[in-house]
Amino acid sequence: MAGSALLDAFAPGSIAVGVSVSSREQAISAAGDLLVASGRTTDAYTDAMLAVLADLGPYFVIAPSIAIAHARPSEAVLSAGLSLAVLSQPVVFGNSANDPVGLVFGLCALDHDSHLEVLSQLAEVLTDAERVNNLLNASTEADIRRLLS
Amino acid sequence: MRIVAVCGMGIGTSVLLKMNVEKVLAQLGITATVEAVDMTTARAAGFDANIVMTTPDLVPLLQGLAAEIIEVEHFFDLEELQTKLTKSLL
Repeated sequence: MAGSALLDAFAPGSIAVGVSVSSREQAISAAGDLLVASGRTTDAYTDAMLAVLADLGPYFVIAPSIAIAHARPSEAVLSAGLSLAVLSQPVVFGNSANDPVGLVFGLCALDHDSHLEVLSQLAEVLTDAERVNNLLNASTEADIRRLLS
Repeated sequence: MRIVAVCGMGIGTSVLLKMNVEKVLAQLGITATVEAVDMTTARAAGFDANIVMTTPDLVPLLQGLAAEIIEVEHFFDLEELQTKLTKSLL
């Protein structure tokens, strides 16, 4: 059972359900906007996440339906945290093994180590196929928070 | 034995992969160091590892490394990790 470090990583305003997008860029921007809205990052971090996609491709689609968009620690990161955009319609990222994507997480960190507990708890949640399925079908933020705890 | 998980930035996906690789290695009773590094580190001169684990998308960027490369499609599928690590290590 994951503890509260994971829930705390999702600041108020960092989770949205039923997000409607029509491209992978819009999907990443949605997760980035949620980081900005919840006070974690500035818009420059969203641009950096989009640059990662342009430079390295959709490698961060690391499991079926799941993208973890992120960029390097930088001055665009105000505090470490996570966001989650649950898409109303899945979007193709171009990752043949794991497309289409329905859960777009945004991740920002201040350094390489201090968010490890959060990532460990996130890994625990995402290793549970039933919980992933429930996240994909969640209709409220309260549902999401319950599934993450 | 040095096993390295590589991703673009070294803060997210490679860290998640490292965690699950360590979990599977413990199940297999194998002692090894697992590190998470970014692409720049992995491509730098003098980089040394026995096994590099990464996503299929990043494999083309890692051509020329002496290490064996294991492609991982589903980071949270412990069975996939176990099958691939067993094939390489045992």
